[in-house]
Formats: sequence, C-alpha cells, structure tokens
Amino acid sequence: MKKAGLLLKRTVPAVAGAVAAALLLAGCGGASVNQVAAATGAAEAPCGSVNVAMNAWVGYTANAAVYSYVAKNKLGCTVVQKDLNEQISWQGFASGEVDVVMENWGHDDLVKQYITDQKVAVDAGPTGNEGHIGWYVPPWMAEKYPDITDGKNLNKYASMFATSESGGKGQVLDGDPAFVTNDEALVKNLNLDYKVVFSGSEAALIQSFRTAQQNKTALLGYFYEPQWFLSEVPLKKVKLPDWTEGCDANAEKVACDYPTYTLNKVISKKFADSGSPAAKLAKGFKWTNEDQNAVATDIQGGMTPEAAAKKWVDAHQQVVASWLN
Amino acid sequence: MSTLVRDRTRVQPAPPAVREPRRRPSRRTLLLASAAVIWILGFLVLHGTSTLPLPASELTDLHRSLNQFNAWVAANRADNPVFLYVFTPLRAAVDAVANLFITTFAASSTGLRLPEIGWLGTVGLLGWIAFSIGNARVALLTVAVFTFFGLQGLFLEATYTFALVLTAVLLTLLIGIPLGVLAGVYGRVAKVITPVLDFMQTLPTFVYLAPLALIFLIGPASAVIATVIYAAPPVIRLTEHGIRAIPENTREASDSLGTTGLQRLVTLQLPMARRTIVMGINQSTMAALSMVTIAALIAAPGLGQVVVRALQSLDVGTAVNAGLSIVLLAIVLDRVTTAASRRADPGTARNRRVSRRTRYILLGITLVLALAMVQFSRTMLWAAAFPKDLNIGPVIVQAVASASQWMQTNLSLFTVSFREAVTTGILNPFQSLLTDTPFFILVAVIAIAAYALGGWKLAALTTACLGVIIYLGLWSDSMVTLAGTLVATAVVMVLGVIFGVAMGRSERVDQIMRPLLDAGQTMPAFVYLVPFLGLFGATRFTAIIAGIIYAAPVAIKITADGIAAISPTVVEAAVASGSTPWQVITKVQLPMARQTLALAANQGLIYVLAMVVVGALVGAGGLGYDVVAGFVQSALFGKGLAAGVAIVFLGILLDRMTQAAAATPVRKIPSTKSTAT
Repeated sequence: MKKAGLLLKRTVPAVAGAVAAALLLAGCGGASVNQVAAATGAAEAPCGSVNVAMNAWVGYTANAAVYSYVAKNKLGCTVVQKDLNEQISWQGFASGEVDVVMENWGHDDLVKQYITDQKVAVDAGPTGNEGHIGWYVPPWMAEKYPDITDGKNLNKYASMFATSESGGKGQVLDGDPAFVTNDEALVKNLNLDYKVVFSGSEAALIQSFRTAQQNKTALLGYFYEPQWFLSEVPLKKVKLPDWTEGCDANAEKVACDYPTYTLNKVISKKFADSGSPAAKLAKGFKWTNEDQNAVATDIQGGMTPEAAAKKWVDAHQQVVASWLN
Repeated sequence: MSTLVRDRTRVQPAPPAVREPRRRPSRRTLLLASAAVIWILGFLVLHGTSTLPLPASELTDLHRSLNQFNAWVAANRADNPVFLYVFTPLRAAVDAVANLFITTFAASSTGLRLPEIGWLGTVGLLGWIAFSIGNARVALLTVAVFTFFGLQGLFLEATYTFALVLTAVLLTLLIGIPLGVLAGVYGRVAKVITPVLDFMQTLPTFVYLAPLALIFLIGPASAVIATVIYAAPPVIRLTEHGIRAIPENTREASDSLGTTGLQRLVTLQLPMARRTIVMGINQSTMAALSMVTIAALIAAPGLGQVVVRALQSLDVGTAVNAGLSIVLLAIVLDRVTTAASRRADPGTARNRRVSRRTRYILLGITLVLALAMVQFSRTMLWAAAFPKDLNIGPVIVQAVASASQWMQTNLSLFTVSFREAVTTGILNPFQSLLTDTPFFILVAVIAIAAYALGGWKLAALTTACLGVIIYLGLWSDSMVTLAGTLVATAVVMVLGVIFGVAMGRSERVDQIMRPLLDAGQTMPAFVYLVPFLGLFGATRFTAIIAGIIYAAPVAIKITADGIAAISPTVVEAAVASGSTPWQVITKVQLPMARQTLALAANQGLIYVLAMVVVGALVGAGGLGYDVVAGFVQSALFGKGLAAGVAIVFLGILLDRMTQAAAATPVRKIPSTKSTAT
C-alpha cells in the first residue's frame, strides 16, 4: 500500500506539471509565432503544401529540385520532400503521403494499379525527357574491342568481366535493386554467361564506371540516359535484341532490349483535383535532356539541389513562366 | 587442492576431451566426422547437381500466389469490412497519435507551420522530464544533446525521429505491459505468447515492412506499427519475467493475508516487478529507435531519411553526421530510462542524498523554468526555429567527407586487396561447398549432425526446417546466406574469445571495453553501413563486416561474463601449480567456459542472421537480397515474403542446433568433476 502511495505521490507533481503546461499553452497561445507564421504564410500561399517523392538518382533530383524551387519561390507553397523508392512512392498516392512523382519510367503495372484501377493518381504529362536504359561499357573497351558493343559477342568476353562477386561468370553491374531492371531475366533468356551483381546505388555505379575508365579495367553495367555522367565519360551502349511491342510483357521471359521511355510526371488524383497552382505547375513542367543534365551536373559538382535549381530557373525565366500559365 | 594438481598433471599430456568418459562423445564425434565425410564426398562426386538454383528473376508458383496478396489488398481496400472497420480506423488512430507528437515537437504535419513547442521549449521540457523521472545528470545530458542536434542542423529531423519513437513506445507499453502481466500471472498465456515472440524477434524487419506498407499504406502510421511489432517483445518478456521472479514465499505471505488476485497484482506483483518492467521499457525504447530509423524506407520522416539519402549518394559525411545524432539520441534514451529504472528500484528511495522535500522544491522551480522556455519558444522566433547561423553541421560533414575521401584514395589498394583475398580465399570456396553440394546430401549431413548433437527430436526438427526452405523454393539462396552467416559468426567467435578472455581476466580492460561494446550495440545497424560501403564497396564482404560489428559485442560480453564467472580459486590453483597464463587460458578458463562459449556462438549466429537483410543493402546476396528486392519491386513481392520466412526457419535451425551444442557439455562437466574428485 505504501509503495502505491509513493508512486501516487511521485505522479502527482508530474500530472500537475502537465496540466499546468497545457493551461499555459492554451492561455498564452494567443500570440504564438505559429499563428503569425500561418497568417503570413496564408497571405502568399494559396497552394498549401506539396509532398514530392524523391527517387534516388540525380536526374530525378534535378527535376524535383527545379519543381520544388518554383513551387516554393514563385507560388509560395510549402514543399515537403520525401526520400522514397520508385515503386513505394506510388503507394503514397493512395495514402496521401505523396502528391508528385517528377520522373516516372514506364511502370505499366503500377499505372494499371493506381491510375486505371484505383484511380488515386493521374498522368501529368511528359517531362520532355526521353529515357533509355541499357547495358554500357566504358569507352576504352569499345575502342579496343570494337565488336563488344554487340550483345551477341558478350559471351566471348565473359571471362574478362569476372570478379570475385560474380561466381566465375562475367559480371553485369546493376544499380539499386529498386530501379527498373530486366537484367536478371535478360542474362538467363539470352543465355549469357553472366551474373547480375548489384552495386546498390547510382552513385556506386558512376564511381565504378569512372574507375573502370581511369584504370582501363573491364566493366559491363546497367546505365541510363538522360544522365550527366555521360558528358564526363561517354559510355558506349551494348546492342541487345531490339525491343518490340509486348516483348517485355512477362517480366520473367524478357529477351529484348529496354524500350524508349517517354518520361512523365504522375500526381495524385486528390492533388490534381484540388486546383492548387502547384498541381498546374506539375502538369506544365517540361524541359529538355540538356536542361536536366545541366542541373544534375551542378548538383553533382557540390551545389545544393536548391542552389542548382535557382541557377537554372534564373537563366530560364521564360520557360518557367510558360509552365505557370 | 590436491585434486586440482592431479587434474592438471593429467590434463597436460592430452586435451580434456580425450580424458572424458569414452562412450557418448566418441559416438558423437564419429557421427559428426561421418557427416563431414559424406558432405565432402557428395561435394566432390556430385558437384553441381541437384543444387536447386532459382535465378533472381524467376518465381515459383508459390511466389506467384503470394504476389496475389498485393492485388487482393488493392482490390479490397475500399470495401472489405476488415479494412473498413479494422485497418483503416487503426491507421487513422495511430496517425492521430503520431501527428500529435510530431506537431508538438517537430512541425505540423503539412510542414507548413512551426511546431507547437519550438526548440527551446523542447529542450527545456524534455530536460525537465529527464530530471523528474531520472536525475540531474541525465537531465543535463538531455539538454546538451538536444541542443547539439540544433548545432548539427538536424533538430527537425531529430525531433521527428523522437516523436515517432515516443509514439511507438507509448503504444508498445499500452499493448506490451498488459500482455506481459497476463503472461506473468497465467502460465498458459505465457506458453502461447512465447513462441509468437520468438517468431517476431527472428523475423527480419524488412519482411513485415512490405506487407505493412501495403495494408496501412506508407507514412508515419505504418512506420509506428512496424516499430511496435519490433519493440514489443522485450517489454512483454521482461514484464512476465519480473512478475514470475517474485519469490514464492513472498507471494504466499500475501496470500495468507487473504488478498484477492487483483489486490495481489496491484499491491505486490506490480510494485515488486517495477524495476524489471522499466528495464523492459528501456530495451523496447532502444529497439524502437533502431526500427524507426529503418522505417525511413516507408516514408517515416526523420534521421533515417538522411541516412537513406546518404547511402544512395555514398555521402559518408552526411551519413556520419546523421548517424551521430542517432547514436546521441540512443544514448539519451538509454541513460534516461536506465536512470528511471534505478529510481524505480524500491531500495534506492532510502539512500538518496536530497530529501524528498528539497526534491519537490527543485522539481517545481525547474518546471517553472521549463515552462518559461516553452512560452519563449512559442512567442519568439529565435526560440522557435533553431538559429541557422549556429549550424556546425556542414563543418562536420565536410571534415568527415574529406577524411573518408583520403581513406578511400590512400587505403583503397589495401582494403580492396584484403577484401579480394578474403572473398576468394575463404568466402567463395566455402559458399560453393554449400551451394554446389546436392541438396539431399546437405539435408542428410545436417540431419546426422543434429542427431549427434541433440538426438532424434532435433534431427526431425532440422529436417523439417530444411523441408520448408525447399518448399519455399529458396534452397540455393539460403545456402548463400548460410555461408555468409557462418563465416561472419566464425570471426565473431574469434573476436569473442580474444576480447572476452582479455575482459574476463582483467577488470581494467573490462572497464575500457564495456562502453565501446554498449555503443556498438545501441547504434542502429543502418548507420555504420555507409563508411564501410565507402571503404569496401557493395560486396558480400561489406555485409559480413556489418554482421560482425553488430554481433561481436554480444558474443564478447557473454564470453567475458563466462570467463569472469569461473571460480577464482580454480584459476589461482592453476597459477600456483606453475601454469603459464597461456596454459591457464587454454587448459582451464576456456574449457571451463565451454558452455558460455556455445551460448555466445548461439547469440552471435542469431545476431548475424538479423543483419542479413540489412547487409543486402550493401551487397549481400541470397535471402537478404530477395527480401530487399521484394520490398522495392512489386513483381518480386511474393518471393521476398517467402525469403523472409526462409530466414526465420534458417534461424530456428541454427538456434536449436547451437543450443543443443551448448547444452551437451552440461552433461559432461559434472561427470568430469565426479571422476576428478
């Protein structure tokens, strides 16, 4: 009984404190900075807040940075950026966690699930960028072994690409497991003597290609355009069997190259219907591969995404104005 | 004394194992040896046949049917009653609680407005809470650390993480303590709950992250629910243990006074178990912090997001800055809850330095101070948002980045050749020994080994576990994982023995090592991946290193305790009879701590296995990769789920086998003693 009494005695001041705090918050809340901030915010921000998914490659970051910069500084929106994987971002359309995906690579299955069936997202039009995915080798290899850029000859060179991770076969270096990839299926269905090894991220892929070119070591890897790194090291694409309509319909049976992707933006249905100027901006956003590479190069060179976006926006006022109208 | 000397003279010519009664161990050794011979022969003769490989892009029918779960959830979210009346309201409720804390400490949920309590208020209020439930020292620590978050430029992220941990811990306690009490009072409940808790603790966190995100959608709610699942077992177990550990006669004394069940619980069991329960809260809080960090992958805001971003851009500086915040937050949470558990100890009330009265006065004054700070933070902008000029974050990031750049350019020759040597010299041969041997040979070998260690029952259990793995279609991947796990565990055991013996033999080494080990254990696994990624690249080797760092502290601690627990008279006797320190270690201390060593191996294995999935983020293949890929690619969802289950069964198999190995010496040691005396 005494113990319980002690417990009670100790809890009383804590509870009293909490109550006092609550009273204080309620009583003195009148002139809080919060409401001032909200009031000033409301004056310039008819658009409220936008949740932008941040997928993990620098081209995406460039798109999102410019979009966020314009939404924040021209429209007065509050932009909340969320680092998410590609496919997981789509789940956010249903939960309200994500309003905008700024660069979408195909994903027919997700389009069907979230746009056609569940109707929680809508296509906000192309970004103006054209995407290519493929297998690339560093330029020195393409010079030294001219026939290496034909996928049919890959088996001949397999032993050259072997590493301690590839189990005696040639290595195909992939990026993040979350990226769009058919490489595992390609290796199997094209009967290549290769093994797919994941480097884990775009940064690791770029680093590997850079080292391979510098030290003239062999490397075959997954890569994509638009991509700023190609202006630093012009990787050569390896030709795989041509893409034809429907050849990649079954993910396990793919035996053809990647299609050309018309990259687009996807926004949540709720956001599109809200009439927010930020939604209009998302629909209007359109630029070229050079634009994206310029911003991406700046970001990679050590600028913050925001500063890189500002630099581009300042130099392209007219383009930005056309998005807003 | 004389027996010991006699003992030693007999020990000298031959290792202790030979001296033991011949019948049982020799049969066991024979069985184990024959298992090894079958394995080697099978590997050499039938190399590469019946290895049940499954290419990464391929699925079995089972995986495809599991994929249907994904579509089913999507189709039923809107109108299925389970969603309508259970999941959706649950999500809303959890979201509401999480948002309450987020708006209080971090920012309003839209990020539009400042938090209800600005940084100064947060620092003051949390400092006061630490003071009232702990002591002045932890209060000071709390204030210092939270101010430091501001200096790091991560105050917002840190408070997001803190708010989520707080939500998760509150919900964990709401569920965990009543369950623990029930399990403590009714043996039958405990019997049902224990295997469920075992399962929850071996299931890799990634595995339920994907289905949870599917059901509860991404965001704080699913992050909190995932965290509760991960953090609940410790508090349930410790609450149960606390109630169960009350001496029988104390209970009987209270019963003889005629107390009813409820009275007994409230007046006797709960107060007496209070210290253990608070220890459980401590454990759950630490678990919650490490899970909230990982939950960044399903859009949980906070420090985890910074680490994820750094992982993706190989930005060691940013990762270390955020990692530092996480470690500091872990230290604060740990110290405050530990101080609270000391205070909860009924004994401490008597020998406090300050009287109750002074303490109340102090509490009152500091509360007023804290409330003033809260009020400031609500009215002044400088106290609401942490001043941007006081940001030393970029300095830390820059310093670490250049240090890591230097290491990468200057050490890469060394690190890469070391990695290559280990991979080609040890890891690859061992892995192929597992993956290239026909599955039926390996199943037979493991079953024979299990029979030798623990009899028919264990053999049947291990065969069943392997059967499940084959049914899941992931045999080959499981063997890859097993290879990495065993290599990592071997290194962990070497470290465990070296450092454990050093700590067990010397009080001073123990004092130096223990805080380091504690730090290694409290640091969420996510954090130290990035520096190693910088040094070794994304390879299986890096993943093994991560596993070793995670598992070594626990193995070292257990070994040290085992060595320290050996009766000093035995060691003194050995020393007195002229043994060198090396002889004392190898002939007396290690053999006598054999059971503890087996326990350390058991715990080491389980810890390494828990890292398997996180290791897949930095290049481990096998089951861990399947889980990660299933999480990020919806076409591989079913396979990832199956891989998660396979990890659980692999865990059960390894756990039971090492436990059996740990248990057998018990039967032998008494017999040795009886012959010796």
